[in-house]
This record gives sequence, C-alpha cells and structure tokens, in this order.
Amino acid sequence: MAEPILEVKDLVKHYPLHQGILFKKQVGAVKAVDGISFELHKGETLGIVGESGCGKSTLAKVLMNLERATSGQVLYKGEDISRLSGAALKAVRRNIQMVFQDPYTSLNPRMTVGDIIGEPFEIHPEVAPKGDRRKAVQDLLDVVGLNPEYINRYPHQFSGGQRQRIGIARGLALKPEVIICDEPVSALDVSVQAQVINLLEQLQKDFELSYMFIAHDLSIVRHISDRVGVMYLGRMVEIGSDEEIYEHATHPYTQALLSAVPVPDPTGREGRERIILSGDIPSPANPPSGCRFRTRCWKAEERCSTELPLLAVPEIGEGPAKHASACHFAAVREPLAAAS
Amino acid sequence: MPDLIEKKNAGIPAQRAESAAEPKPEKARSLGLDAWHDLRRRPIFIVSSLLILLLIAIAIAPGLFTSVDPRAGDLRNHYLSPPNYGHLFQADWFGYDGQGRSIYARVLYGARASVVVGICVTAGVTVLGGLTGMIAGYFGGWVDTLVSRITDIFFGIPLLLGALVILNAFTSRTVWSVVFALIALGWTQMTRVMRGSVITVKQADYVTAAKALGAGTFRILFKHILPNAIAPVIVVATIALGGYIATEATLSFLGIGLQDPTISWGIDINSAQKVIRTAPFALFFPAGMLSLTVLAFIMLGDAVRDALDPKLR
Repeated sequence: MAEPILEVKDLVKHYPLHQGILFKKQVGAVKAVDGISFELHKGETLGIVGESGCGKSTLAKVLMNLERATSGQVLYKGEDISRLSGAALKAVRRNIQMVFQDPYTSLNPRMTVGDIIGEPFEIHPEVAPKGDRRKAVQDLLDVVGLNPEYINRYPHQFSGGQRQRIGIARGLALKPEVIICDEPVSALDVSVQAQVINLLEQLQKDFELSYMFIAHDLSIVRHISDRVGVMYLGRMVEIGSDEEIYEHATHPYTQALLSAVPVPDPTGREGRERIILSGDIPSPANPPSGCRFRTRCWKAEERCSTELPLLAVPEIGEGPAKHASACHFAAVREPLAAAS
Repeated sequence: MPDLIEKKNAGIPAQRAESAAEPKPEKARSLGLDAWHDLRRRPIFIVSSLLILLLIAIAIAPGLFTSVDPRAGDLRNHYLSPPNYGHLFQADWFGYDGQGRSIYARVLYGARASVVVGICVTAGVTVLGGLTGMIAGYFGGWVDTLVSRITDIFFGIPLLLGALVILNAFTSRTVWSVVFALIALGWTQMTRVMRGSVITVKQADYVTAAKALGAGTFRILFKHILPNAIAPVIVVATIALGGYIATEATLSFLGIGLQDPTISWGIDINSAQKVIRTAPFALFFPAGMLSLTVLAFIMLGDAVRDALDPKLR
C-alpha cells in the first residue's frame, strides 16, 4: 500500500488532575487517549466509532494540535507534527483541517458568511491573492451547494444543514489533504444528514481528500468509511475494513456495539442476539488494569487483568476475520455473523 | 418549497441545493442591526435617548439655550423666587441663588461637567476594564490569578474613601482629576464582567475553528472573542454611566470634587441645602436635573440590555 498520509504512533493525551489550592499537586491523570496507533492513506476515509467519553474528540483535537500530545507521534507525510509550533505549525494547518460537530456554535455569529469562509485566506494570504478572495469565497459556496449570493448573510439566517455546509467550505478553503470530521452530522436532522454525507463523499472524489470521520452512528460510519477503528476508554480495540469490522468483528466490545444497532427489519430481529453489557464505562482517570474492557466483558479471565492485549492480528482462521483486534480471545461470534 | 428542492438535489455540488434564486439580494442583518430594529420600537429607549441627546446638546452649547452668564451675580436677587407664571427660558425662570446668579443658567452650564465626567469615566473604565478582563479571561492561569487579585484589591476600596484620598492629592481639582479618580476606582467592575464573558466565549467552537485555521492570538481576541463578549460590558457601562454622574455630584457636594469656579450640579446642591426651608427651588432644580439625567442613562441601559440579551428575545 502507498505511503500513509497521516500516521499516528502511540499517541497519548493525559489531562493531569490537581489537588490543593495554593500548592497544586498532581494526584493522577484522566487518560483520555492512551496509546493509539493507526494510519490514514490518501483518498481514504477512516471511521472512528465508540461511545461517549471514549476519547474520540480528544483524539481529533490532538491530531489538530489544538491540544498538545502527552507523548507519541503524529506523522504527516513522515514528519512529526505533534511538537511543531509557530510558523511550521501554521504551515501544516493548511494541509489538515477540521469540520466541527455543532454548526450552531462553530460559526462566529458576528461575522458574515463571506468573512467566515474568507478568514482562512486572511490567515494564509499566500493561498489566494487579495483581489481574488471574494471570488474564491463564492466558488467555495458554490462547491458546497450554497448560493454564492449569500456571501453577505449572517449564520443565524441559515438552517442547520446550510450552516454545516458553510463549516465544510471553511475547512476546504485552504485546499487541505486531510479533513478531520468530528461528528459532522450528529447535530443535524436525519434528512439533512444524508445530504451532508453525500456532499462530503462528492468532495472527497473531487479533491482527493482523506477523511478521519468520527461518529457514534454506526450505520453512517459504515456508509462513508473504507476502514473503521473502534475505540473504548482511550484505546483502539479493533481496526479493519468496514466489512471486517461490521461482518466479522472479533473484539467482544465491537460485537456488543454492533448488536445495539437497530435493525429496520422485524423478521431479522428475531434471529439475532442482543448483547447487553453490564455496568458503566469505567472512569478514564482510573481505568482497569490489563484489558480496559475486562470489567464488562463476558469472556474475561484472569489473564485479562494482568496482561494488556495489544492491537494485533490474532492467529485465528483465514479471510476477513484476520484483522487487528486487541483481545486475548479474539474470535468471530457466530450468531452475530449468521444474523447479518 | 426550498425544502423540496434541497432534498431533490441532496448534496450534489454542481446543482445548488438552494437553486431557488432570491428575487433580490436581501439586506444583511447583523445582531447589532437586529438589536437596533428592536430598540427603535421601545418607548423607554426613545424617551431616554431623546433626553440624553438634549442633555448632550446642552453640555456642548449651553449658550444656545440661555444668554445669561451663569457666573454673573447680582446680590439684589439673593434667593429671589421664580415668578409664579410665564418667563419661560428667562434668567429668572428657576429663580436666583444666594449670590443672585440665575439658577436656570447654572443648571444648563452644570450639565457639561456631569456629561463629561459620565462619558469619560465610562469610556475609561470600559477600555481599561475590558482589556484587563479580556487578558485575564483568555489567558487564564497565573495571568488570571494576578489580574483577579489586583481587581479584588481595588474592589475592596470604598468608593468615597478612595476618591477622598486620591482627590486630596491634587492641588487644584478639575473635571479631569475627578475623571481620573473614578476610573481608578471603577474599572474593576468592568474587568469582572468582561472576564466572565470572555471565559464563556473562548470555549465556543468558532474560537477552536479559528485556532485550527492557524489564527494568531490577536486575531482570535479582537475578531472572535471581543465582538461576542462585549454585549454585557456595554450594558453594565450604560447603566453605570448614570451612577458615575451621581458620584461626581456626590463628591462635589462633599467638597472634594469640583471646586467653585467650575459649575456643577453637586456644588449647587451643596450650597442650596442650607436654605432648603426658605428657598427650596435653589435645591430642587439642580437636584431634579441630576435625577433626570441619571434616570435617563439607567433607562437606556435597561433597554439596551433587553435588546442585546438573546435570552429575552
């Protein structure tokens, strides 16, 4: 396979917990992202799924350098960008952009659409010469399917879907190669979600974009992604192609997650088994020893509490079940595979 | 109808989702403009701003409203009551004070000191408090701790006591020394309001988006945070303006504000209070003018708050 455009190695983000008012003492850390590695290739969409609080958004922020990584590397075309600052960081930002979750808070209400989409050009004046900026902004509006005449309107005059298009246009302005989408459709109405997803797919074809698509809606992730990574409590538990994950999941957490997807077919519902997990997600400040998932896992044994399972291809079977999974007892769950 | 079209074109960039072209480009409406549309229909806003405009006109050119010299005294008119009828806008309309000077002229000329103090102190505290509050709120950490503790120290100084100390240090007190004293003691209120407002705004996604684009601190502070955080400061400043005018009058009344050659409502209220039983009009007019002015600014502040607060919309 070609050289990955973005490579993440052992990325860690801990938020220190302090105690005391005057003399602050570190008493621990919230391990929001705890040793994550993956690759993103050109023109590919990598979906990241996981429940709330598993570190998906923190991962996006660290990749965008909005939060400094505690340790680990983020390689963009082989260059570590996680320690950059100043002009070098600003240059990298041209190539990696972000689309935000909530289109109601991600657009400055005091700026016109033209100013919002034109701001990237003001920050990076080399991208578009001053005289061409208005034209460039109107072109971007056209690309995301909005009327270029709307350039002087304010965000509150638009609907949610239209606002998200404005957010996407802002992300596209610098002609980036990678776009990190942090739940770009979860704040939108279902009918509008499809439009935005289609727009993102069209843009990917037109501009050869690579997406990292964070979401908690499994069906949307399956629709848009080439590969899918499943996160639990700050770690990647399973990663593989969409078929490998959705049809041949080997990690118990992924299996539980998939069994919770509603099936719109009443007859298919009977043949399938729902896995109900007991308990809550443990605190990321004090995660379980060994395997993070062992406190809620029906397969857990003594070994799971002492030995941390690494994300590796298990020695089982052949075909699509052979993909990276962080479980000592990785195996395709037969009823699940049969039901689908 | 646009809904249907949008669905049909579901995200195909070549065709615009909103292909139904507007008949004519609609005039852009910012939040400020919305607030203005809202304000224009409020009687409280209209009344108070007309009063304030009149007051500013008086302050700029009191000579347009009277030809009488407010400092020319004729002792034959010592506490001469106003006439029972007529004499509108005449020298004796409001009567005469103890030195036989026209109270009407003095009330008009006294407006200047009040308006200058009110506007300059408000501008000063807004700029000083706004900047310190923005820095404390945005940078947080030890900067915030430092600014907040300094604010607490100034906040702890009682206004009148502090003003007494500061103004006594001046050998000759002018309007500007009063302005200086009030700014030095009043900026902390704005710092606190601004700090809180900035802390809320800086967590917004559009600030994160600007950072992700590579925007510098200056751009983030002045293009994204300031315009969104300033509304509560404007409201507090408008309401406080009336308070500063009242404080100036209080200081002048106590004899530590402005001094006699300067004309101020506070000075006139002070000299009239000794004769309140024999010549109540000498107290009534400057005090009435003062109350009216303070009331006008507080009403304006109220109306502005209602218009700028999205929760009340």
